Amino acid sequence: MSDASLNTASPVSRAQEGEAGFGDFFALLKPRVMTLVVFTALVGLLAAPVGVHPVIGFAAILFIAVGGGAAGALNMWWESDIDALMKRTQKRPIPAGKVTRDEAFAFGITLAVMSVVMLWLATNALAAGILAFTIFFYVVIYTIGLKRWTPQNIVIGGAAGAFPPMIGWAAATGTVSLESVLMFALIFMWTPPHFWALALFMRGDYDTAGVPMLTVTHGRRATRVHILVYTVLLAALAIGAAFTGIGGPVYLVVALVFNALFLRDAIAIWRRDEDQAEADNYRVEKRAFKLSLWYLFAHFTAILAEAALGGLGLGGWA
Amino acid sequence: MSFREEHELHKRRFGRNLGLGLVLAGFVALVFGMTIAKVSDDGFAVPKIEQEGK
Repeated sequence: MSDASLNTASPVSRAQEGEAGFGDFFALLKPRVMTLVVFTALVGLLAAPVGVHPVIGFAAILFIAVGGGAAGALNMWWESDIDALMKRTQKRPIPAGKVTRDEAFAFGITLAVMSVVMLWLATNALAAGILAFTIFFYVVIYTIGLKRWTPQNIVIGGAAGAFPPMIGWAAATGTVSLESVLMFALIFMWTPPHFWALALFMRGDYDTAGVPMLTVTHGRRATRVHILVYTVLLAALAIGAAFTGIGGPVYLVVALVFNALFLRDAIAIWRRDEDQAEADNYRVEKRAFKLSLWYLFAHFTAILAEAALGGLGLGGWA
Repeated sequence: MSFREEHELHKRRFGRNLGLGLVLAGFVALVFGMTIAKVSDDGFAVPKIEQEGK
């Protein structure tokens, strides 16, 4: 073999196509989704009435995040065909040709198993069990099973994203309680209006991919009605939670303000038709989507604030 | 002319290996930290079966 044969362009080109960088594998973990997982799991862990050693707490959050990321990688492995069709997902590592499907599968499975085992060793079997169920639910039940078959895909998929605070709570306490179920319910009820608002102004993407989003199967009018109904139910739940163990006066004020704003936008979305929405380029729908991000952040920050105040003897209604 | 011309691919490969190395080093440090935290815990006790087998 000569120097020339080693320096020809073709082997390098082939290798370039097949060799991903570190950042490409990191992108498989859906880092933006992971921030939500980390934040909500952290709140679940810190809001729990049982103290955790900082190193164990850090490890627990890290392994929950890795488990969530593994589920994201396995989701990308299965959905690479439709990711290639949608503008929003075309640049993901597999459709972009940076990582192969097999690599993504191996990466996802390895991290999934490792995160569950390590969370078990770091904390307890219940937390690890819920993490394992979450990964299974997101990948098998949602991604492989239901996403392409039912317009309620967002509602079902929302459950997977709602588990992290419950895992954080279980990591600290070793139990599932009303408080952790309420945190689960908050994210579960929040997810549909959040994603349906996005689906209204990202029109076309899901049609192209053939994903049965509510906007496609039942029409945009029905989606607007669904957003309002879910937002009303969410508001009742979110404000009601103020009078439980995770709530208190600070949480109540935050919940009242943000639910009033979210309801205002949901009503505005419900009252509009497509002509009005197109006329101002979906201004209200985009505003509601942005607000929904702040909504969740504010509620979980308030839960954290109540827990911190509780540590000083000032939290809750006592 | 060097035997292997430096290519963007080599930089990417180095970056990936460096990243993996740092992740593994961090993992080792974390497991060590977890061990210290667990054995320092007030509730820590050597399992009975291990004590008997000694």
